[in-house]
Amino acid sequence: MTLFFLLIARELRLSLRHGADTLAALLFFFLAGTLFPLAIGPGPEELARIAPGIVWVAALLAALLPLDRLFGADFEDGALDQLLLSGLPAAAIALAKACGHWLTTGLPLLLAAGPLALMLRVRMEILPVLLGGLLPGTLALSLLGTAGAAIVLGARRGGVLLPLLVLPLAVPVLIFGTTASAAAAVHLPVRPHLLLLLAVLAVLLPLAPLAAGAALRAAAE
Amino acid sequence: MAQAAAHQGADWFEARDLAAFRGERLVLEGVSFRLVAGGALLLRGPNGAGKSTLLRVLAGLIPLAAGALLWRGEDALADLSHHARRLAYLGHQDAVKPGFSVAENLAFAAGGGDTGAALAAVNLGPLADLPARFLSAGQRRRLALARLPLTRAPLWLLDEPGNGLDDAAIKALGALSDRHRAAGGMVIAATHHDLPFPGAAQLSLT
Repeated sequence: MTLFFLLIARELRLSLRHGADTLAALLFFFLAGTLFPLAIGPGPEELARIAPGIVWVAALLAALLPLDRLFGADFEDGALDQLLLSGLPAAAIALAKACGHWLTTGLPLLLAAGPLALMLRVRMEILPVLLGGLLPGTLALSLLGTAGAAIVLGARRGGVLLPLLVLPLAVPVLIFGTTASAAAAVHLPVRPHLLLLLAVLAVLLPLAPLAAGAALRAAAE
Repeated sequence: MAQAAAHQGADWFEARDLAAFRGERLVLEGVSFRLVAGGALLLRGPNGAGKSTLLRVLAGLIPLAAGALLWRGEDALADLSHHARRLAYLGHQDAVKPGFSVAENLAFAAGGGDTGAALAAVNLGPLADLPARFLSAGQRRRLALARLPLTRAPLWLLDEPGNGLDDAAIKALGALSDRHRAAGGMVIAATHHDLPFPGAAQLSLT
C-alpha cells in the first residue's frame, strides 16, 4: 500500500519536473474552447446553449494529450521493468498511473473548466451541474486513457492509435455528461444522468486497471 | 558460503528444463541450473544466445514455454508480484530519470527509506543532489547498481552489469556482490567480461 502511494508521489514529482505537459493540456483546453465562438459567432444565446458540450469535448481531447507519454517514457528507459518488479501487481501500477494522470491533467482541467464555461456564457445555474459531471467524467477519462495507453504501448505509431482506441470508448461518458447539463438547462432532474455517469465510473474503476495491467505485462515481454 | 545452504531454511533457486520464446523463435531450450544461498552464476554465450531472455524469464517478465522454476522447491512464478519482491533486476537500460536528482532516482526502490549508504557504496555520495541528466553513462550504470542493495531482495538478476563501468566501479560491484552473498543472497549475471564474483558457477548458452 505504501508502495502504491510512493508511486503516485513519484508520478506527481516527475510531472512537476516536466510541468510543460500539464500546461500544454490546459492551454490546448482553453484554445480549443476559444475556437468555437470564433467559428460559430459570439451570440450569447446560441453560445450558452452549446457551451457545456464545448467544454466537455475540449476536456476530452485535452485529457488525451499527455497519454502517450504516460507509459512511453518508462517503457523506453527500462523503468517499466523496475515498476513491474517492484512487488506491486500490474493492475495497481496502472491504477497509480491513472491517479497520477487525473491529478496532473484531470484536476487542472476541472479547475480550468469553470473559467472557460463562464467565458462561453454558460448560465450560472448550469455551472454546478457541468462541473459536477466533469468530476466523475475526468476520472473515467483518466481510467480509460490509462487502459488505452497501456494497450498501444510498444506499437508503432501508438500516438495515432491511442485516440482512435479511447475516443469511441469515451462516448458514453460524453453523452451522460452533456445530457446532465442539457437537462439542467430546461429544469429537468439531472440526478439520473449523473448517476449513469457514476455507473460508468464504477464499471471502469475495476476493469480499466485490470486491462491496463495485463497490457503492461504483455508490453514488457 | 556452501555451509550457509546446508542448514535448513536457506534459500535455493532451481531451474528445470526451461524453454522460452522470443516472438516466434525458441531462444531457450533445456536450461537447468541450481543455485543455493550465497551462490553466484555467470551466464555466458555469444550475442543472441538468450542470456537477457533467460534473465527476464527468471524475473517473471517473460512467461515460460516449458519447464519449471522453483524457489525453495515451490513454483516461483505462481504469484508474480510475490516473486518480484524477492528479486532485484538490472536490465540493459538503467531506468534513470533525467529529471530526478541522483538520490530521487533511488527513492522508489528504497521505499522511502535512506539512500545515502547505497549511493556511497557505488561512490556517488557527493553527487546525491545532482540532476541525473548530468551523469555520464558509467555513472548512470552505477546509479542503477545502487538500486540493488536497496531492494533487500535475496536474488539479483544482472544483465551485463559491467557495461560502461571503470575498474574502480567493477571493484565496487564485486564488493556489493560479496556483501550480498555473505548475507545469504544469490547473484545471476549475464556477462561477456570477467566479473569479480569469486567461486561463481558458469552456465553456457548457445
